[in-house]
Amino acid sequence: MVYNMITLPTHTPWRLSVDFRQGSIFDVKFSETVTEDKIRTTFEEFGLNNPLVSRLGTEADNTWQIRTDFLQGEQTQRLFDALAAQVGALDQKQSSVSSVSSKVASEVTNAAVYAVIAATIAILLFIWYSFRKAPHAIRYSVCAIVAMIHDVLVAGGLTAILSTLFNWEIDALFLTAMLTVIGFSVQDTIVVYDRIRENLTRHRGEEFEQVVSRSLVETLHRSLTISLTNIFVMTALLLFGGASIKQFIAVLLIGLVSGTYSSIFNAVPLVVAWEERSLFGRRKATSDALPAK
Amino acid sequence: MRERNLITLVIIIVITLLSVVIIAPIAKPQFLLNLIFWQDARSRDLQIKQGLDLKGGIQILMSPDVGEGTTVVSGTLESARAIIENRVNGIGVSEASVQLQGSDRILVELPGVTDRQLAIDMAKRTGLLEFVDGGTNSPATKQVISTTYAIQQTLLYPVTAAVGKPIISNTQTISGASRIYNTAFTGEILLSNSRVDAQTGQIVVLFSIKPSAQQSFQEFTSSRIGQPLCIVLDSVVLSCPVIRSVLTEGGQISGNFTNDEARDLAITLNYGSLPIPLKIETVRDVGATLGTDSVRRSIIAGVIGLVVLIIFMLLYYRLPGLLSAAALLFFAITTLAIYVLLPVTLTLPGIAGFLLSIATAVDANILIFERFKEEIRAGRTLRGAVEAGFQRAWPSIRDSNLSTLITCVVLFLFGNTFGASAVKGFAITLILGILVSLFSAMVVTRTLMRLVFSQPSEALEQNKTLLGV
Repeated sequence: MVYNMITLPTHTPWRLSVDFRQGSIFDVKFSETVTEDKIRTTFEEFGLNNPLVSRLGTEADNTWQIRTDFLQGEQTQRLFDALAAQVGALDQKQSSVSSVSSKVASEVTNAAVYAVIAATIAILLFIWYSFRKAPHAIRYSVCAIVAMIHDVLVAGGLTAILSTLFNWEIDALFLTAMLTVIGFSVQDTIVVYDRIRENLTRHRGEEFEQVVSRSLVETLHRSLTISLTNIFVMTALLLFGGASIKQFIAVLLIGLVSGTYSSIFNAVPLVVAWEERSLFGRRKATSDALPAK
Repeated sequence: MRERNLITLVIIIVITLLSVVIIAPIAKPQFLLNLIFWQDARSRDLQIKQGLDLKGGIQILMSPDVGEGTTVVSGTLESARAIIENRVNGIGVSEASVQLQGSDRILVELPGVTDRQLAIDMAKRTGLLEFVDGGTNSPATKQVISTTYAIQQTLLYPVTAAVGKPIISNTQTISGASRIYNTAFTGEILLSNSRVDAQTGQIVVLFSIKPSAQQSFQEFTSSRIGQPLCIVLDSVVLSCPVIRSVLTEGGQISGNFTNDEARDLAITLNYGSLPIPLKIETVRDVGATLGTDSVRRSIIAGVIGLVVLIIFMLLYYRLPGLLSAAALLFFAITTLAIYVLLPVTLTLPGIAGFLLSIATAVDANILIFERFKEEIRAGRTLRGAVEAGFQRAWPSIRDSNLSTLITCVVLFLFGNTFGASAVKGFAITLILGILVSLFSAMVVTRTLMRLVFSQPSEALEQNKTLLGV
C-alpha cells in the first residue's frame, strides 16, 4: 500500500500521445545524417512552430520523431516532400505519420474514461452475482475492485516513471493494456475467492479468517503457477517481439505481476478485515478469545 | 463410456486436420472457398488477413465537413461511403475497406498503398462537379472560384440539383471571392459512362448526359455558343472549354490532360459527387517494412513462448502435462483457423492477444491439474480424480475467464467507435482465443485424460511421480 503513495505523485508526467491529445506524429527515416535545425525550419514553413523533435534509436539509424499540432491530412504528404527536398533524402517506406484532430482526440479521451468505468462496474456486478451464495457478497466485489485499482495505479505509476526515462507515450494501446490488466487482475482474484466460497460451504463451522487462510494456502500454489506461465509468454514477447508493441507488453507484464501480488495481499486481507471489522481498529470480541490451535 | 470418448477424440482430430488445411499458406480449392458464404465474394481466399500495421498502408478517418448544428440526413453518409468504396476499388486497391464508424464517421483503410497523397485524394475528394457559366471573363484553370451552387445551392436549371443538399462549412473561404459564378448544372446530369479517349490524338474525356437533363443542356449550350462552359470540381476550375456547338446528349472535355489526369477525371465523373463534403479527422500510415519486421519478430516470440510453456508443463505435470501440450497445440491451430474463417484481420496487438489467450488456455489446464493432484492426494481413484478435478475446476475457470471477457467486450466497443483497429483487433483475438481455450480445456483435455486414465492401471497408480503429484 505504501507503494501507492510513491507512485501516485508521478502520475502527472504522463506523456499523452496523439490519440488522446490532438496532434501529429511523424516518424521519419532519413537516408543520411541530418540536423535538427533543418527539420525545425521545414516544419515552421507549414505553420507548425515549436515541434518536439527527438531522435529515435542510434545515430546511425537516422530516424527522427517529430511531434506537432494537428496538421490537415492533405498536408502530410506535402510535408514529407518538403522534408525530402530541404533536409535530406528520406525512406518513405520506413516513415510513417499519425495525425489526429482535436475532435476525435477529445472523444477518444472521454470514451477511454467511460470504458474504464464501464468495465469496473460490469466486473463489480459480475462478481457480486457469481458470489451471491457467499455471505456479504458485495464485499468480495468491492475488495476485488480495490485490488484492481491498486494494480492500475502501480501499472500507471511505473509507466509514468518509465515513460520519462524512455520517452514513451500514452496512446490507445496503453488503454488496451490497462483494461486487459484489469481483466487479468480480477481473474486472478476470482481464483482465490472461488476457493474461499467453496471452503465456506465445506467447512461451515470454522471461523471466517481460518477459512480464508486455508483457502489462500491451497490456492497459492496454483495462483503462482498460473502467473508464472503468463509471465513466460509476456517475457518472450517482450524480449523477442516487434518494437511497436514493446510498450504495450511491458505495461501488461507490470500489470500481471502486480495483479498476482494484489490478489493475494490486497483483495483477500481486505475481505477478512472488513468481515472482522478490524480495518478501523475495532475487533470482534470473540475472535480474540479464540484459542490457538 | 470409452466409445463416446473415442468418438470425441476422432472429432477433435478431424477438426485439427481441417484447421491445419485452412491456415496453411497455400491456395485453397474453389469449392472450399464457396462454402464460406458469409465472406465478401471479392476477397474470399482463406488466407490470414493482415492488418494495416502488419502489411503497411494508410488509414483515414473522415467525418462530414458541416457547420456546427447542421444535421446530416441519414443515408447520405451511407451513399458517401458507397461512392468512396467504388472509387477505391476503381483504382484497384485490393482488400481496401471503407466502413461507417459510429453514426457519423467513415473509416477508409488502404493496405499496401504507399502514395499518401493519392489515398487522401481518393478518399476525401468531394467530387462536387459543377458546370459553371464562364461568362465573359472566364476564370483560369486551377483557379479556385465561388459558385452559386456551392454557396447558396441555387442553379440556373434547378431540376438538375444533386441528390441531398450540399452542406457547406461555415468557415469555408475561397480566395479571390469577389465574383460569384453562376452554376448551371451539377454533376448529377451525367451518366456514369465517362471514359478517356485518345483517338483524335488528343487525350479527352467523353461524357454523356442523362435523358432527363438533355433538354436543359441543349437550351443552355444553344444560348451560349462561343462562350466558355467551365467544369469545376470542388470549386477548382478544371477547364473552361468554349462551347462550339449545341450539345444535347454529351460531349468531350479536352484540356491538355495527361493520361492520369484524364483517368482521374473520368473516375470522378463516373462515381458521382459525394453528397456531402468530408474532412479528415485522423490519418495513420505505416511503412511496409516496419510491419514485416515486427511480424517476424512477434511470431518468433510467440513460438518461443509456446515452447517454453510446453516444456514447463511437461516438467511440472509430467503425463498430464503431455496431454495438455496436445490440447494446447489443438487450441493454437483451431484458433488460427477461426481467425482465417471469420475473418479476423490480424494486427500486431492482435497477435499479442492470441498469445495471451494461449496463456489463458494454459491457465485453465493448470487449474484442472492442480485439482486433479489434490483429488489423488486425497485418495481417489484415477478415474474419479479426473471427473472430480474437472467438476471442481470448472466454476473457477468459467468465472475468472468471464471477467477478462467483460473487459474485452468493453475494449471492442471502444475500438469499434474510433477506428482504432489495433484495439479492436486485440479485443477480438482475445475474446475468440478465450472461448476456444474454454473448449480446449474442458473438452479436449478431458477427453484425453479420460482415455488415458480410465483404465485402472497398476503402473500409474504406483508411479505417482509420473502424474506430477
